Amino acid sequence: METFDVAVIGCGVSGAAIAYELSKYDLRTVILEKENDVATGATKANSGIMHAGFDPKPGSLMARLNVRGSALAREVCRKLDVPYKECGAMVVAFSEEEKEILERLYRQGEENGVKNQEILTGEEARKMEPNLSEEVIWALLENDSAIVSPWEFALALAETAVKNGAKLLLNREVVGLKEETGTWQIETKIAEGALLQKDDTKETSFTAKVVINAAGLNAEFLHDAVLPHRFKTRPKRGQYYLLDKIEGTRVSRTIFQAPTGRGKGVLVSPTVHGNLIVGPNSEDVIGNDTATSWDGLDKVNEAAKKSVPSIDFSQNIRNFSGVRARTDEDDFVLERHGSYIDAAGICSPGLSSALAIGEYVTELFAQWAEETKTAFAKKETFIDERKKVRFKELNAEEKEALIQKDPAYAHVVCRCETITEGEIRDAFDTPIPPVSLDGIKRRTGTGMGRCQGGFCGPQIAQILAKELDIPETKVLQELTGSEILTGGMADRAQQETPEGGREYV
Amino acid sequence: MYDLIIIGGGPAGLAAAKAAWDKGLTKILIVERNWELGGILNQCIHNGFGLHHFKEELTGPEYAARYIDEVEKTGVEVRLDTMVLDIRQTERKEDGLPVYEIPMAGKECGYTCELTKSVVLAMGCRERPRGGVVIPGTRPAGVFTAGAAQRYVNIDGYMPGKRVVILGSGDIGLIMARRMTLEGAKVLACVELMPYSSGLNRNIVQCLNDYDIPLYLSHTVTEIRGEKRVEQVVVSEVGPDRKPIPGTEMVFDCDTLLLSVGLIPENELTQGAGIEIDRRTKGAFVYENMETSLPGIFACGNVCHVHDLVDFVSDESERAGASAADYVLKKKAVSEAAPVVTKNGDGATYIVPQRIRPENVEKFVKLFFRVGRIFPKADIVLTSAGNEIARFHKKFLAPGEMQNIVVTKEVLSKATEELLLTVEEIVETEVGA
Amino acid sequence: MKELICICCPQGCHLFVDEENDFAVTGNSCERGAEYGRTESMAPVRVLTSTVTCEGGAISRCPVKTKDAIPKGKIWEAEALVKQTSIKAPVQIGQVVIADIAGSGVDLIATKEIGALK
Repeated sequence: METFDVAVIGCGVSGAAIAYELSKYDLRTVILEKENDVATGATKANSGIMHAGFDPKPGSLMARLNVRGSALAREVCRKLDVPYKECGAMVVAFSEEEKEILERLYRQGEENGVKNQEILTGEEARKMEPNLSEEVIWALLENDSAIVSPWEFALALAETAVKNGAKLLLNREVVGLKEETGTWQIETKIAEGALLQKDDTKETSFTAKVVINAAGLNAEFLHDAVLPHRFKTRPKRGQYYLLDKIEGTRVSRTIFQAPTGRGKGVLVSPTVHGNLIVGPNSEDVIGNDTATSWDGLDKVNEAAKKSVPSIDFSQNIRNFSGVRARTDEDDFVLERHGSYIDAAGICSPGLSSALAIGEYVTELFAQWAEETKTAFAKKETFIDERKKVRFKELNAEEKEALIQKDPAYAHVVCRCETITEGEIRDAFDTPIPPVSLDGIKRRTGTGMGRCQGGFCGPQIAQILAKELDIPETKVLQELTGSEILTGGMADRAQQETPEGGREYV
Repeated sequence: MYDLIIIGGGPAGLAAAKAAWDKGLTKILIVERNWELGGILNQCIHNGFGLHHFKEELTGPEYAARYIDEVEKTGVEVRLDTMVLDIRQTERKEDGLPVYEIPMAGKECGYTCELTKSVVLAMGCRERPRGGVVIPGTRPAGVFTAGAAQRYVNIDGYMPGKRVVILGSGDIGLIMARRMTLEGAKVLACVELMPYSSGLNRNIVQCLNDYDIPLYLSHTVTEIRGEKRVEQVVVSEVGPDRKPIPGTEMVFDCDTLLLSVGLIPENELTQGAGIEIDRRTKGAFVYENMETSLPGIFACGNVCHVHDLVDFVSDESERAGASAADYVLKKKAVSEAAPVVTKNGDGATYIVPQRIRPENVEKFVKLFFRVGRIFPKADIVLTSAGNEIARFHKKFLAPGEMQNIVVTKEVLSKATEELLLTVEEIVETEVGA
Repeated sequence: MKELICICCPQGCHLFVDEENDFAVTGNSCERGAEYGRTESMAPVRVLTSTVTCEGGAISRCPVKTKDAIPKGKIWEAEALVKQTSIKAPVQIGQVVIADIAGSGVDLIATKEIGALK
């Protein structure tokens, strides 16, 4: 049984950021993730925005960590080569009453430490964003927020943690957790048929001195398994449209509406990949129900057109929804109980706050280390860089040099997004290689374009089968059990003719 | 320096190459991203191609082979496994013609930039994905576009499902219904939003009826269920507004949903080059000779507008190839006069070409268009400046079938600035009784 | 009386074929429709297209078709034979893959040239 100083349970963006921060210290860290990849929950299905931080209530953890997290992200995204773009945001108001909300946000922003805010008239706002509705009469402008690739952000953090010695074990659902004589006994289960990483030893029992609960929607169950009930998860689903790049310049900033109800409301924003994202709504669901619905999508569509009437929804290429792990608390739940730490209730602005959550949890860990007189020191060397080849972003000379080095970069597999075979191969040569089509998509951008993998899917399935040394019929769309194909032609000679052959009259 | 670079080695590119060569161009290059020529025809193993062009029924690979053989007899250069990355205008002129720079990446050629006097865009089209029609529900494995499924079955040799529902009754959907059935799958239903199928009657009879596959017209898929793999799809009837009618839901237990919900011209390069795009066809605006808004750049086949028959792709592409040759060899004077703009009026959804330079028209120009609904009988009426200048009687017009009319130079001479095409339905009144 | 949709042209006439009256066709708009109605009712035929396994070639599936239409009733029998068939590259277009498939008198032929892997 392997023994660790600290076990992080869950590898969404919070778990990844915590592991990233902890990996700066001389610790034996393990990250246990129940799915076959990192960032498969709320992390891959959100707006992808690093909020400035005027929205959370002043004095809350959310307020503090959002502003700090967004500031840290700028530098970390640069170092770790995560697509990131400062585009700023506007909150628009359609009435004088809503202007008061903008003013409240402005004051909140000041209190929370947001700089570069300004209240504009509708006219001024439309000068900057010509497609804004004529009905917009006031707008709060802020220049510090950014758009980011949320899954790449989480991946980069997790990969960096692994490079610095943390151990990531995928396909490990925690099924037992108990403290015995100052150490935690952790029992996990590997799902049947799971595609394991090449070096996976299939070990399922671990011990750790400290356990960090970053289990997202499952954080409540994990907490309640070891401690008295503390918070109730109230999953909130948000549905989205993702529009073709043709619509990607409809707005150049993230456009919010003055929040009247719960949440930040429906936004319209460019994405860092050049598309237009529209959403989310906010609805209560039971568990991780990530379906979309007519009703929800219609509401998003209607609300978005209120801010930007000219959005061409016929350019939609994908709908999705994400379930945010909200709790009945109004804030993140970041608490330490002895050698157990909760990082729970990480709903929006969780992505923006992630790096600060990592720091905060590390402080909680430091308190434990001090209490228990456990050695806790920074490593002498910390690898804090990551570099990826993005063929389409290179200039002519760079492309030429790259292809000369490896002709696989001359083979464009995904034509919508111009992603080469070389880049797909690169993904297998990272600390966390992909095991599914969606895993490759998150790492390289294949299938993200307007044909949504219709053309390149079959080719990538072949590459995946070859790299993982599995039959093509075992290739997964994403999670364990999501095989794409149901059979091969090789065995069709044994097939029975349906219903014993058909009689024709 | 090439005379002509053709982007795409499918039916459009091949026909354009052959025609340009026959017209006297000698420095021609076809750039094809796949490892073989033929494009999507390679996976269309069913028959029914070539009835117009070759007067016989060929399969897709056979139709492609006819053109590949023709091109191989010429001196046309072919680069396989090569992807064009961009089309750039340069400052350079050669023989008074603007020179274009085409960077490309290929297994053999690496990264290179080629210069050319003319370009034929022949990139074809792609299928609309699930998002294009917005189907709510979960996002499990088992949702394929019909073309992706066709590739898995016919090229890779894998089955994408065992119990299948097909959304959309376009020809690819119908063909795949039969193909999957023959390969042992159970196709439960073919579901069509419109009150009519956009596929050919022959395919409804031979692909659905032959195998007792029900066709649900005025229905659509309203929900996909299943967490990891499709488990069920919900099909609802739609009203005249094409919105689902509550209470009409039918649930199919299936593991696969194939989508045959439309094709979109693949115009990444076209847009990148700054060529004007028609929102109706989703392809480039073209003149009577298939030339786009950039001089010397031509478009043909499905990248220009989506065709239903490959025979018409070949015809159109031969015109584009020949026009490119005329352009390079300066067989036609460049006109400075304002063109006649074609406009689709009532009943028509688009027209190709969108612009006509009458002085470039030798004898006639063919107008290709689609109608917006089914017309059992109709007159196609051409008007210009409020005056009717031509009228054509037609029977059985359906949106799924591209129509064409031949406009003579004489008729064209009556048009000024604008040429409006409208479809007037002829309602039969009962005589006697 | 048997009802058919004519496939000769986009019109899609609803044909009525009277089996008891020498397959007389009504509902047609043209002679081609009458012909189709008769053939389709008396002895319907179809072209079968499918793929067979191909070994040693650049691709692993070779598309095939019946050279002419075969009786509709033999389609499943023919397809069952296709499923059990494997050929070796090189393959020529028109090469006979199964002669006289399912006793139809029609050959199954390859519809694509496949070069042998070196």
